[in-house]
Amino acid sequence: MSTYFSRMGDGSAIEVTAEEIKADLIEGSEDAADRGNIPPLSKEEYQHLLDIFTTRAKFVSVEPGNEVILTYDAGTLKIRRVGVNADRTLALQIYEKLLGADTMELSHVDYSYKPVKAIVGFEQPVLEQALLSTHVPLFYGAQPNLGLYSQPDGPFPNPAELLPKGDIKGAQASYEASVEDLVQDIVYIAECMIESGADGINLDTTGAAGDADFQASLLAAEQIRAKYPEACIELGMAGEFVLGMHSELTYQGERLAGMYPHRQVKMAEAAGASIFGPVANTNTSRSAAWNLARTATFMKACCEAASIPVHPNMGMGVGGVTVNDHPPVDIVSRSSKAMTEICRLDGL
Amino acid sequence: MGMAITHAIASGMGGMRAAGDLVARMQIARGMKIDEAKAHVAGKLKCSVSDLTDPILMNEARDELGLGLLHPYGGSPKCMEAKFNIAELLEIDVNCVQRFRSHLSASNL
Repeated sequence: MSTYFSRMGDGSAIEVTAEEIKADLIEGSEDAADRGNIPPLSKEEYQHLLDIFTTRAKFVSVEPGNEVILTYDAGTLKIRRVGVNADRTLALQIYEKLLGADTMELSHVDYSYKPVKAIVGFEQPVLEQALLSTHVPLFYGAQPNLGLYSQPDGPFPNPAELLPKGDIKGAQASYEASVEDLVQDIVYIAECMIESGADGINLDTTGAAGDADFQASLLAAEQIRAKYPEACIELGMAGEFVLGMHSELTYQGERLAGMYPHRQVKMAEAAGASIFGPVANTNTSRSAAWNLARTATFMKACCEAASIPVHPNMGMGVGGVTVNDHPPVDIVSRSSKAMTEICRLDGL
Repeated sequence: MGMAITHAIASGMGGMRAAGDLVARMQIARGMKIDEAKAHVAGKLKCSVSDLTDPILMNEARDELGLGLLHPYGGSPKCMEAKFNIAELLEIDVNCVQRFRSHLSASNL
């Protein structure tokens, strides 16, 4: 029986039959359908995925005409992370001239809004000069990172210490206080960067600290939209569902805890976001086929629900991409093609 | 290489190597979904949607319209100059272009 090269979610190589791939595709899609209460993929979509996984080519791509827009998180950081001694404006030029980037994002090495607040006056001239020497749309981005607002990093009691003691009300109060400060910081920095000429603001990895983190991001987007009706606000998620760390927080009457991408996008739209970046997490102990079918099921439902452009996160450990700092071209290109063609993405 | 280049080649629009930055600007400025954004840019460039990722055709169009080139030459519009032309062609406001204008004294406009 013929076998095909593939990988597990952690990137390790495996040999699998077409029957095994097909079984994993169905199981992965049905897992997403069950969790999100959304439809599984169709027979035609399973076949399309099977065709992608059983091609012998190392690299696959979309058919001409199906290409989409690429947005980036922490792009300038990633040049420094690999030890290339390029300053941030040079990093942006490398992306737009050498890496085919459709857009780019300027970011600070401490990729969170709170630490940027103290140095925003130094960040603005960097953005302004970068805008003078690049062509592609340029975002300024960072993570909300609500965790920085609790002790020992911030002023409020640490919910992770209060919850084990049974102080649920105290933990909830801490989250609520943190939300207020985080919203102020995000809006302040967004205002500075929009006034400096940014093409958009990226709130990346929202919800990382749970429902309070997501609520703060929505409230910040709402305030930015109110002040700058023409501004582009990209809101990208941290995980596939909103962790209920507070558990009772709402936005426009909807409880945020437990929301999956097709409901998250409606919150983002209501808050005034221009582009939404949903996430589906990779399970390292399941196959790439299982993970990709599962991701495509979540993202297809999200795209069908959305009225704004959707750019799913497809970096390391999300979007059907393996969890490894050195993502293999075979799986990344298969995920890229499959997600773009099955989910009718606007970008990624 | 594994992430950025792979996505760019597998499913990206090529950025300013083709017309990816222009299509992106329609999503950013008008919130257009991908098909509408591509159609708008193709209309402005007087080409088909499938031409938008052809680097040869798009380089010719970008040169003719002053939209910025992958390989710029002496005198070709670059960077902010190109963004002035992009904003005019696509009939959108580009934030940094607006800001650039606002910083010039009236006698320099």
